[in-house]
Amino acid sequence: MKKITTISIAISALLMIIAPQFLKNYGIYLLTYWLIFIIATMGLNLTLGYAGQKSLGHAAFFGIGAYTVAIVMKAGLSFWLGLPLGAALCFFIGIALGFPALRVQTIYLAFATLGFNTAVWLVMRNEEWLTGGTFGINNIARPELFGFSLASNMAYYYFTLGVTVLMAAALWGLLRSPWGKAFTALRDNPIRAESLGVDIRSYTLLSFAIGAAYAGVAGALFASLVEFIEPAPFTVGASIMMYLMVVVGGAGYFLGPVLGAAVGVLLPEWLRFAQAWYLFVFGSAVVLLMIWLPDGLLSIPDRLKAKKQAKNESAARAASAHAAANKGAQA
Amino acid sequence: MSHTNQHEPAAGQPILKVTGLRKAYGAIQAVGGVSFQVMPGEIFGVIGPNGSGKTTLFNSMLGQITPDEGKIELNGQDVTQCGPLELNRRGVGRTFQTLQVFGKMTVRDNLIVAAQEHQGSMFGRMFAPGDSGLGSRADALIDQFRIRHVAHKKAGELSYGQQKLVDIAMAFMSQPALVLLDEPCAGVNPSLVGGISTLLKELNRNPKIGQHSSFVVIEHNMDFVMDLCHRIMVMVEGKVMAIGTPDEIRGNKQVLDAYLGN
Repeated sequence: MKKITTISIAISALLMIIAPQFLKNYGIYLLTYWLIFIIATMGLNLTLGYAGQKSLGHAAFFGIGAYTVAIVMKAGLSFWLGLPLGAALCFFIGIALGFPALRVQTIYLAFATLGFNTAVWLVMRNEEWLTGGTFGINNIARPELFGFSLASNMAYYYFTLGVTVLMAAALWGLLRSPWGKAFTALRDNPIRAESLGVDIRSYTLLSFAIGAAYAGVAGALFASLVEFIEPAPFTVGASIMMYLMVVVGGAGYFLGPVLGAAVGVLLPEWLRFAQAWYLFVFGSAVVLLMIWLPDGLLSIPDRLKAKKQAKNESAARAASAHAAANKGAQA
Repeated sequence: MSHTNQHEPAAGQPILKVTGLRKAYGAIQAVGGVSFQVMPGEIFGVIGPNGSGKTTLFNSMLGQITPDEGKIELNGQDVTQCGPLELNRRGVGRTFQTLQVFGKMTVRDNLIVAAQEHQGSMFGRMFAPGDSGLGSRADALIDQFRIRHVAHKKAGELSYGQQKLVDIAMAFMSQPALVLLDEPCAGVNPSLVGGISTLLKELNRNPKIGQHSSFVVIEHNMDFVMDLCHRIMVMVEGKVMAIGTPDEIRGNKQVLDAYLGN
């Protein structure tokens, strides 16, 4: 890892640790909300950014994780059972959702996953006996960890920060392993990848499953953060918003979800000064970003580097042509 | 260009045996009953005019399409119904007519990903080091292909010729027993063609990297084919017109009339 990257990460980590000390309750709540969306979009970044599978169903997994924790806790069981159960459920449903990706790609896959999100959302809304329907499930308590209550926003923030770091470390390790290269090969050229022995069927299913499990963990944390869930946060619109976060941050960049989730979660809050115009300002900012930076915010250094390289190569060509002309004139 | 093959194919069981292969698209018979065999260590060329069925034959042998009739055997085992993944696992490498590198990966990573799936189990690879223990093998190929100066550049940033070299090197990374090369000189600067031919001869002989490798090569560059291959098959309209050594093919009147000309 480059020195500048290490220093940037160390400073960011320090800021994340001390920031809540200077924030009011709502600010801490908002930061926790951001962390949860970082986890969810890290999963989508694996599926979409690294493995190239266009999914518009990520909010469904987010919802499955949230409802699993809510239902488990409503049944009198522990959050610590609900969290892994939600992640495991999402993992296996993610495998099932990966099967359409073995047959269709691009916009057709996006529509297939969008249909899945709609179906899951309808179950959440209509199966009142299980999900509480439009009334949702309330009084979802925040858990305890080794006897420490996580009920306060401050405690829950630090807990979520810890989970985010663990999930990020796990993903970092995965992407640096041969699996990471196989996912990238699958994204860049599946036919070539298969001819080199990459089992594109297994890696496609795994990219969906692992991405879904991340959303499941995020959903479980979300249920305990808001302490009340109903179907609205898990619509297709939420999936599109998560997709936007990944693309705006930089699909296929490890830290893309950090920036993307900041744009999706924190930017609307910062734009509240615009009052009724804030959605217009937010939408315009996204349009401009997509026009000027289609590969996301984290593509800026790469673009600058490419620009500098092109300039250097152009200067080298000009110098070589000049030298050749001088040599010709002397001859 | 003179014919400079030093290495003669070994006798014994063929590594690849194709018998009565047929494939039709509607009323068009793309491949009509093609039979041939490739011996261990042999470089076998396939030539013919456009539309003669070479690519359909290649795609059938590589599991991209299923033939209507016929049998393909690899080391005596029937692989007619095998897909590309299974064929790679059984030791078949390939290149494509067009460039097929992973543009966002470095050259070295392109080579590593080309062989990593042959290392250990899939679950084990989740915890394996990033280079899967293939670093030294990748470095050896990088040196052999003389692309050391771009080894850590992204493959997509290289010139066409450099990408072509990476593309060919990837096919050899898993040390396959049989490599199918689809127009390795297509789009390559003529000054590089001789270099590719030399590299392929080295890989055919090199006991470390191209151990016992046999090649099947489709190519339109006649000088390249005649210089490189031990035997050549000429296809016309989906059928085999002739099989023989380069000298035999050059002297075959039927082939001269139909394809090579004067």
